[in-house]
Amino acid sequence: MTPKRKKRLMLIALMVAGVAIAAGFALKAFNENLMFFYTPSAVAAGEAPVNHPIRVGGLVTTGSMKRQEDGLTVRFDITDNAKTITIQYTGILPDLFREGQGIVALGELGKDQLFVASEVLAKHDENYMPPEVADALKKTHDEGTAGSAVNTD
Amino acid sequence: MFNNFFHKMASPKYFYRISGRLIPWLAIAFVLVTLAGLYYGLVKAPPDYQQGDSYRIMFIHVPAAWMSMFVYVVMATAGAIGLIWRIKLAEVVAISSASIGAWFTFLALVTGSIWGKPMWGTWWVWDARLTSELILLFLYLGVIALYNAIDDKRTAARAVAILALVGVINIPIIHYSVEWWNTLHQGPTVTKLDKPSIHLSMLIPLLLMAVSFKLYYAFVVLMRARCEVLERERHTGWVRELAETK
Repeated sequence: MTPKRKKRLMLIALMVAGVAIAAGFALKAFNENLMFFYTPSAVAAGEAPVNHPIRVGGLVTTGSMKRQEDGLTVRFDITDNAKTITIQYTGILPDLFREGQGIVALGELGKDQLFVASEVLAKHDENYMPPEVADALKKTHDEGTAGSAVNTD
Repeated sequence: MFNNFFHKMASPKYFYRISGRLIPWLAIAFVLVTLAGLYYGLVKAPPDYQQGDSYRIMFIHVPAAWMSMFVYVVMATAGAIGLIWRIKLAEVVAISSASIGAWFTFLALVTGSIWGKPMWGTWWVWDARLTSELILLFLYLGVIALYNAIDDKRTAARAVAILALVGVINIPIIHYSVEWWNTLHQGPTVTKLDKPSIHLSMLIPLLLMAVSFKLYYAFVVLMRARCEVLERERHTGWVRELAETK
């Protein structure tokens, strides 16, 4: 490698390293803003603002889903296996919404710790399998220890 | 010998001849692998336990998203080689990759959006994964626009290479966005250290489609690079000879 080329290589390496460091600091500074949602633990720790639109995300607790008298409003709990938030939502839930499924809700946290959502999105997990396999997994899981459903971990 | 091969490949005339012979074979391989991938993906693979048949869009979405990043890395690397060694062919490969990569990115964004509406319940959210992938599309468009804004193609190639190298930081951000931050987009299924959390009957067509997309890129980038080489070398003897004999 000629000295000239070596110099150019060094300059490019320096530039890429500089950009990487700058981007690293910028992303670290904006870390909180880059989070798409707060976890129930973060809300419990008081990191989420009250009476301000935020998103919360977690797994719908099994058996917590309750439909209100008007037939459209639902109440359910979400959890990150540490803390729990109760969510109230009026409207149509997405196809993937079910108990044990991850969801993200947009809304406001009231003083009474009830989260009133204006939008509920289902969060898909990274598992793909045929129904028979899911059934078989669920069966072996149920026979084993009791706990969360297969698709929630 | 090894060095000799690279020197030969870097010569536009030699590249033009070899690539002309390679393209038909790559195209045939692309058609065969795509047909196999689509057959296994759309006919043979079972429906998903939660999403039913609509998960099948991933056989396009996931390879397109992988290619959007792969092509960008190729483009930036070729750009750096062009900058350091001043190899004309590297500049040609870099700029020829840009629009292919842009289309892969566009395809990944659109198929993801079509899948997102029924599954998530929304076409688009500004989470870290989706936003960084959109930035990737803008980087590609920026590269194409910058190249066309400068008349002297060798100066343009140098400017474009620097832009591409600055943008390369976005690639690890896209990949790790789902791990560093909370996102609506799910985490990696195949490209993680753990065992892939996808059933084998679905993994095979996915990998076939990934190979198919790579082959598509390989022959299309060669075709585009050949055009670019001819245009740049139009005043040289060998191109004139070529034009006269045909």
